Amino acid sequence: MPATEPGPFLIETDDLRFSVGGRRIFDGLSLRVARGTVTAIMGPSGTGKTTLLRLITGQIRPESGSLKVDGREVAKLDRAELFELRRHMGMLFQNSALLTGDSVFDNVAFPLREHTRLPERLIRTIVLSKLQTVGLRGAARLMPSELSGGMARRVALARAMVLDPELLLYDEPFSGLDPISMGMIMRLIRRNNDILGVTSILVSHDVEEVSQIADYCFVMSGGKVIGEGTPAELQAMDSPLIRQFMSGSADGPVPFHYPAAPYRDDLLGGGR
Amino acid sequence: MAAARSLSSAPLRAIRKLGAVALFLLTILQSAPYALRRPRLISAQVQNAGVLSLVIIMTSGFFVGMVVGLQGYDAFSRLRQEDLLGAAAALSLIKELGPVVTALLFAGRAGTALTAEIGLMRATDQLSAMEVMAIDPIGRIVAPRFLGGLIAVPFLTAIFNCVGILGAYFVGVQMMGVDNGAFWSQMQEYVSSEDIREGIIKSMVFGVAASLVAVFEGYTADRTAEGVGLATTRTVVITSVLVLVLDYMITSFLL
Repeated sequence: MPATEPGPFLIETDDLRFSVGGRRIFDGLSLRVARGTVTAIMGPSGTGKTTLLRLITGQIRPESGSLKVDGREVAKLDRAELFELRRHMGMLFQNSALLTGDSVFDNVAFPLREHTRLPERLIRTIVLSKLQTVGLRGAARLMPSELSGGMARRVALARAMVLDPELLLYDEPFSGLDPISMGMIMRLIRRNNDILGVTSILVSHDVEEVSQIADYCFVMSGGKVIGEGTPAELQAMDSPLIRQFMSGSADGPVPFHYPAAPYRDDLLGGGR
Repeated sequence: MAAARSLSSAPLRAIRKLGAVALFLLTILQSAPYALRRPRLISAQVQNAGVLSLVIIMTSGFFVGMVVGLQGYDAFSRLRQEDLLGAAAALSLIKELGPVVTALLFAGRAGTALTAEIGLMRATDQLSAMEVMAIDPIGRIVAPRFLGGLIAVPFLTAIFNCVGILGAYFVGVQMMGVDNGAFWSQMQEYVSSEDIREGIIKSMVFGVAASLVAVFEGYTADRTAEGVGLATTRTVVITSVLVLVLDYMITSFLL
């Protein structure tokens, strides 16, 4: 990402607004992600965490407000500039999004083969080293259908890292994983950051895991940032909404029940 | 509000869809150079859509040819013109049955597979993942499949025709006793290069239509199991109707 003058923040949003089908997802979202940190975006399901990642990668455009990646306004980039920007990003999808027709090796090699003219021998070396990092060098010849969920996510992580991006985006990296796979993914996220200096954005609602590895957290609700700070600072905050979220209580400012008519009326109302 | 409601009425929906398909075709053509620089991607799709359809095309072609042989023999024997069977069978296969039946079979065998494959790739974020990797999914996935189908259909049609003529020969000459020399010489006499050209034009147009419908339905399918299923059905239905309509239009234009 050739920045004009690299500021301390890799990503800056200001008063970002975005709606889907008349429903407002972001209503003046402002946050800044410092370079070289693991930054978590947390919030209840449906607060638009994944949408934020899609905005950062330029797959969708905001209605108004500003979203800058490395000082460049994403919405104003043309297609070629956007593709250039994306070459410096890696993203781990929640469902891994591996190419089901290609082997593990070919999946990880895919971005290299598309974007570089490296000889196949060198590609092999790079791919095996990335697979070694995620502990799956031995699985190189397997097909995605032969992998467990945790393995698939590690392969997807190797693929996201293969072009040595400056920014790694993780969409719910812990959801649906067993504790061992979860531990491995956590270690890998932290390691990418500590050893390679990658800036990581982590979208998640797994408070406990996030608290262990994130340097900084934003808590979103109702299309806005309602709290930010280090995990320890967030734990100590007074706001009832943040407390409910951080402690995982079923009821609080965010009600347990989806808005509905009184239960009694519904039951006696006869199938309306 | 009234305007919004009228926009959802069926004819307008159809027109909007036509517009969307046209724009999609433009996008594919814009991304085609990417695919053309990687001929291996296209040849893999010719293999997928074409070579793997060979068995169904040849089997169907042979039986269609045999039926044409039987019906043709029955009709011509009433006029005592059995010798014309070769010419009639060849003309009906080359001009009509070959291109139309091949396109219908292609939609059922290869078109549905394309729709389901692209639809599922989309539903499982594989296409989004490519976008984020700065790889154009239209160029990498859609265009090679479209071009592969486009190339495969005319060849499949030609094979269908050849096998169909053999089927007619088998029934007419071997079973019904039409004169072997008359069968082939009448065919040579009456089938002109214009007839063959008409068949080729039809097969190319059908190839574009069948491939375009298949990739469009896949790419725009709802990202659910039900959505991909419905899109697959739509591919067969739309392609079938479209091929028959286009067939009439091309025939009336060329005759």
